[in-house]
Amino acid sequence: MWKYIAKRLLSLLPVLLGITLLVFVLLHLIPGDPAVVLSGERATPEQVEALRQQLGLNRPLPLQYLAFLEKLIRFDFGTSIISGIPIADEIKNRWPATFELSVAAMLIAITLGIPAGIFAAVRKNSWLDNLLMSGSLIGVSLPVYWLGLLLIYLFAVNLQLLPPSGRISVETGFNFKPITNFYVLDSLFRFDIANLKDVLVHLILPALTLGTIPLAIIARITRSAMLEVLLQDYIRTAKAKGVPRYLVIFQHALKNALLPISTTIGLQFGNLLGGAILTETIFSWPGIGSWIYEGILARDYPVVQGGVVFVSVTFVLINLLVDISYALFDPRIQYK
Amino acid sequence: MNPLKRFLQSTSGKIGLILTIAILLISLLAPILHPYDPATDRNYLLRLKPPNSEHWFGTDGLGRDILVLVWYGMRTSLTVGLISVGLGLIVGLILGLIAGYFRGYIETVIGWLTDILLAFPSILLAIAIVTVSGPSLQSVMIAVGVVQIPIYIRLTRSMVLSLREQEFVIATKALGASPTRIIFNHILPSTLSPLVVQATLSIGTATLEAAGLGFLGLGAQPPTPELGTMLSDAFKSGYSLSSPWTTIFPGLFITLTVLAFNLLGDGLRDSLDPRS
Repeated sequence: MWKYIAKRLLSLLPVLLGITLLVFVLLHLIPGDPAVVLSGERATPEQVEALRQQLGLNRPLPLQYLAFLEKLIRFDFGTSIISGIPIADEIKNRWPATFELSVAAMLIAITLGIPAGIFAAVRKNSWLDNLLMSGSLIGVSLPVYWLGLLLIYLFAVNLQLLPPSGRISVETGFNFKPITNFYVLDSLFRFDIANLKDVLVHLILPALTLGTIPLAIIARITRSAMLEVLLQDYIRTAKAKGVPRYLVIFQHALKNALLPISTTIGLQFGNLLGGAILTETIFSWPGIGSWIYEGILARDYPVVQGGVVFVSVTFVLINLLVDISYALFDPRIQYK
Repeated sequence: MNPLKRFLQSTSGKIGLILTIAILLISLLAPILHPYDPATDRNYLLRLKPPNSEHWFGTDGLGRDILVLVWYGMRTSLTVGLISVGLGLIVGLILGLIAGYFRGYIETVIGWLTDILLAFPSILLAIAIVTVSGPSLQSVMIAVGVVQIPIYIRLTRSMVLSLREQEFVIATKALGASPTRIIFNHILPSTLSPLVVQATLSIGTATLEAAGLGFLGLGAQPPTPELGTMLSDAFKSGYSLSSPWTTIFPGLFITLTVLAFNLLGDGLRDSLDPRS
């Protein structure tokens, strides 16, 4: 197993190098002098020159790339043109918000998607199956930002049941001192139930929005995985032996269908990080996604660059974890 | 059973085909049925009117008819979806054919490129490309197209790897046919069915991604109507909360377009590639 993990980690190196190389090249493809672009519109020629020296933009490109890599290894992504704050600090502050939202979205997707897929498989070709699968097809066709806007209009503006934006109410947030920046965990650590309730209420709409596509995909994968397992001989044997129906479904079939489902869950979790840009923008969620969006609007290239590199590397690492867990669950899978 | 019969038995395929034809016809005929000049279209006296008998989908903040905007916006979104998938398909197909047929060093390089492109969450890669090339419809087409490339490389390469070992290819090679002839006359036709299925499904994804970039302000620039940009305008101006029709209809038609291609793709997959 350790050999497999080591080999898998080694195979990751060229991909990680490729990501950084691509982002580096893209930044140098911006029309015009990178120093002028990076200094912002109001910079004086002296400031532009100072930045050129500071970033080493007068050196040959391969050397610049090596310097860029060296900084990345030290978690130095540069500073934002607009705010002047180091990008690494922004990532540390904002990452917990994105991670918390992604976990909440995934929990919704799993708790609704797996039962939906099981019901659809067990009642194959019934009206329930058709309804659930039509729903999942619509789910994968929906623009998440549109769904978010509709949910805000319905639940926050019309029914006034849930807050439209943010991670915490202004009045609660005023007295709230985060420890880890994971607000749910922080509320639990402090045994602050009122705070926890406020944080959870703020999570519902963005998590539902972000979780819709994974929910639809998990439901479809669960259905097809269950259908395949339900046709196996050992299921027929279990039924013939008189094992109760719910035991056949949940203990015999679901257990073996879980492998493709868990892989999909892992891959979807990685995809959530990309989807978070649109969802966080709609809900003013102070995570990495909305920060990249603000960077795009302000043409703050170091922010976009830092955000893209960080999210992509995280995405690759999550996919690696999925691969490793896949091999852990199923010993037949070996690295070749 | 032949593919056409199988397709006609698929309900989702039939619904998808009807919807796709309707969407394509409506989009193609827009300039004939309802000539429109986005540059001059505004009437401040009619700002933010809810749906009524004259303006079925209501009007937006500039007093423009949302039905007309959605109609032309769908045309734009569809054009972006079709061109970007075409771009991804052509480049991915050529690289996949080369990697699968010639193998060796070139396959390793193309494989590395594919792995890198797949290592980015797709919308993020598209954002990175458009941020660099500047917001415009052309940039969106290129960005969404690039995101599609690795999918076609992988699909084509895997098919070529099995086809190149088939007897008919070995026989053609033994008869002295050139690699170009073998690839384009003998291997390519056998790879088309799964590629057509994938391309149809990709049009839905590409339309969704293009609208997403439009929503982030990276797509069509004013006054060109585009569905994602319409949603972005409604969101930024706050009309999505006070005048929900400015949001409902553009989003509904993005969903409908994506759904049509997803249904058609599902139907085509069942008929052309029943093993999957």
